Amino acid sequence: MDVTLSVNGVSRTASVEPRITLADVLRDELGLTGTHVGCEHGVCGACTVLLDGRSVRSCLLFAVQAAGQEVTTVEGLAAADGTLHPLQKAFHDAHGLQCGFCTPGFLMAARELLDENPSPTESEVRTWLSGNLCRCTGYQNIVDAVLLAAERMRGAP
Amino acid sequence: MTTRLFGERVARSEDRRLLTGRGRYTGDFEPAAAHAAFVRSDFAHARITGIDVAAAQAVPGVLDVFTYADLADGFADRLPLLVPSDKLIAPRTQHALAKDEACYAGEVLAMVVARDRYVAEDALERIVVEYEPLPAAVDLDRAAGPNAPLAHLDMTDNLAGLVTEETGDVDAAFAAAPHVYDWTLRMERSASMPIETRGVVARYDEREDRLLVHDATQAPTGVRFGLAMLFGMDPDRVHVVAPDVGGGFGVKVIQFYPEEVLVPWAARRLGVPVKWIEDRREHFLGSNHERGQIHHVHVGAADDGRILALEDRFLHDTGAYCSYGLILPIITAAQLPGPYDLENYRYELRSIFTNTVPTSPFRGAGRPHAAYVMERVIERVSKELNLDSLDVRRRNFVKEFPHHVGVTFQDGGPTVYDSGDYPKGLATLLEQLDLERTRTEIATARAEGRTVGLGFGAYVEGTGIGPYEGASVSINPDGTVSVATAHGSQGQAHETVFAQVVADELQVPFERVHVTTGDTRRLGFGVGTFASRTAVVAGNAVLLATTEVKRQAAAVAARILEVAPEDVVFADGAIHVAGAPDRSIPLGRLAMASNPTRYAFGADAEEGAKLSQLAYEGGDRPLPEGSHPGLAATEYYSPTSGVFGFGFHAALVEIDLETGHVDILRYVVHHDSGRIINPMVVEGQIHGGVAQGIGGALYERIAYGEEGQMLNATFMDFLMVTAAEMPRIEEVHTETPSPNNPLGIKGVGEAGTIPVSATIANAISDALNTPVDHMPVTPEEVLTLAGKIESP
Ligand code: FES
Ligand code: FES
Repeated sequence: MDVTLSVNGVSRTASVEPRITLADVLRDELGLTGTHVGCEHGVCGACTVLLDGRSVRSCLLFAVQAAGQEVTTVEGLAAADGTLHPLQKAFHDAHGLQCGFCTPGFLMAARELLDENPSPTESEVRTWLSGNLCRCTGYQNIVDAVLLAAERMRGAP
Repeated sequence: MTTRLFGERVARSEDRRLLTGRGRYTGDFEPAAAHAAFVRSDFAHARITGIDVAAAQAVPGVLDVFTYADLADGFADRLPLLVPSDKLIAPRTQHALAKDEACYAGEVLAMVVARDRYVAEDALERIVVEYEPLPAAVDLDRAAGPNAPLAHLDMTDNLAGLVTEETGDVDAAFAAAPHVYDWTLRMERSASMPIETRGVVARYDEREDRLLVHDATQAPTGVRFGLAMLFGMDPDRVHVVAPDVGGGFGVKVIQFYPEEVLVPWAARRLGVPVKWIEDRREHFLGSNHERGQIHHVHVGAADDGRILALEDRFLHDTGAYCSYGLILPIITAAQLPGPYDLENYRYELRSIFTNTVPTSPFRGAGRPHAAYVMERVIERVSKELNLDSLDVRRRNFVKEFPHHVGVTFQDGGPTVYDSGDYPKGLATLLEQLDLERTRTEIATARAEGRTVGLGFGAYVEGTGIGPYEGASVSINPDGTVSVATAHGSQGQAHETVFAQVVADELQVPFERVHVTTGDTRRLGFGVGTFASRTAVVAGNAVLLATTEVKRQAAAVAARILEVAPEDVVFADGAIHVAGAPDRSIPLGRLAMASNPTRYAFGADAEEGAKLSQLAYEGGDRPLPEGSHPGLAATEYYSPTSGVFGFGFHAALVEIDLETGHVDILRYVVHHDSGRIINPMVVEGQIHGGVAQGIGGALYERIAYGEEGQMLNATFMDFLMVTAAEMPRIEEVHTETPSPNNPLGIKGVGEAGTIPVSATIANAISDALNTPVDHMPVTPEEVLTLAGKIESP
């Protein structure tokens, strides 16, 4: 069956079986391989994307469930001219990534956080991000990156 | 102007693609390829009496189904033994597809190749395997004992290998020791668990007779040569690429996992690209684990806490197979003394087969166990003798370098510490901790009825072992510099740190240096990324290759500028005459001139040809003796021995006696890994290492049932630390350069992990005033230790 979604602001249609996950459609049908799959059972958060602004695990969702909705993936985070989103910039500056596999999921989860709460405390950031696993960084620089991005975004006019 | 990036916090060149979703991981290649899926043994130990694949073959979309009977030649042999040893009594490795006996739950029995993974999994369900279940050896103690169930049908016991070694006169030292103790310490099984699982994608082009494999491996070069031999192909026709790899920590370097052989085999046989991306359950069941050991230590101490004699008899759980030979327990044994001078030390290690997933190095690789055992010994001796354990540590420190430990290192040579300053390291830690204040705070907290404790851990880490690693460096006509190393990278920022080294040497802007790792099309010879060796071994190879390119560039420039090669200076991406900066040639132009042929377009061509004429006396004449076209070199660095980093950790913990939760109030790290190329990267490595260490100390444990079924093969049940549990790590460092390599560096990849179990165990022991001799200390274990619940 055909599924039409809006992905990063562009309407996309893919022909899929009902049992295909959103993650697989994004990656294999639409070529958006920035969304990663680390566990396929909803725990690691690597596959996190935003669905109408709310973070979801794209490994647990069938593509058909997202029909007609607005999906934002890591590829949609930077500006059209390539300028990095403040979160991306802060992850770079604070060394918030090593292998980078978990990173798209953290970026999307953090973006939802900052959309809701522009001034989170360190402990709020840690709690919010506790649904995402990273095996490389020990989280410290990820947390610092999110706090740094929040600060910079608040500072912007 | 000379710029220097060595030692600077240079932000990573890897980041941009990874942050924007443009990284290229193995799973991102060949979206339309056929997918492989594997039937894995349901039983820990069983005879395979039949596999019926007919129904699976009939599933629409299935290309083929394979069992052992389909394999021939080298593919039907057992997979290679990676680290042979004459101490290995039973060098068992597995078949790519089990032949007639499965020795762990998860061992691969059959392979399906289908249109996509969904169809492949449908087909798996239709495959009928006939098993004849056999008794399984699961528990390590039991497997090592008499009348144990046998892990392999053709063996009479479960002993994979046995090594004993002694330095000094241990028996005499025990006889003379005023205090003698016996303790048993256990560490349970855990695993690397990178967030990206393993994966292999293979494409065989029949007309070109060329095999291209993308493999999430830490060692593409070994995979390439192995596949070339198996297929009987010219190695130049086999290319293995480890693209962006989502973490490794040891589990991605086996050479070979069955899938690494079978996926290329199927791609060649079926004539279509074949892809296999491991799912998480497969990763638990089919990718190697580590850690499980049981130590029986016998300790002789003097009144002042000096360790006069130490004997360690220990069991190592090698799982069902031992492709890594005895390397893990040998590392444990060699590094057990840590920073302490043990004049009389003896070990006996027994590596034991069990019907569980095979084990191989996971970050720390035998050393977390070693540090845990030694540091518990120090604490217990101190406690028994009523001494301050920090004083006991100082009294036992190695003070002179090089220091011969007296036993064999993992590379087969002697274990020799190249350099270190342990008293200074400990002092640096204590200063950051503010020991006096911390002790006062603990006293206050205890007076309030809180259960708090302070623990220390020390370690020495042999890093940067041989045999070699290589690098090729070339200056391009556009002024950029291409660098290639052969090993794979899994987040350690090799692209950045190697570019720092090259930028410094050639004095070119950092952004102009482009580093490729892990692509055998660029460099075919290499060993791999493991044992904290890449920055050290490949880093020094990068330096050697860059030095050679520099020599070439100076020679060509000198001819053009009509000065001696010694009289040119590298600066700002160009070469100029010393003392005359205006007489200069940009490196790109020089690269053009050094290839005396005509290829460039436009003005560059004209200028390049002119320079070439100057450099080569007319252009079509023979090249000067000993020179070759271009500015390019490939060099190899082969270290004479490992180099030893060291460090000290301290943890302040508070225990909730209701829930058994251990809250880490402070975690302080000192480390010394010689000279540091990029402090930001080193700190990141330490953070990640500590997090894995804390997970290993408090949560992570692969649990098996009595029958050898894994009980917690999901992220719901196997608990790793999240941002919520991690304390903020306070980090201080000293730099004791290694005299053994030109850069003076030591590896750091595993340093963060090694002493964490020791540190946390000591802290919990201090808080509860009871020995902690079993890791991990789960909440249940904490409550048992605290006497709140009966031991299970
Ligand atoms: S892949 Fe979706 S949560 Fe892990
Ligand atoms: S950066 Fe590797 S898993 Fe997070």
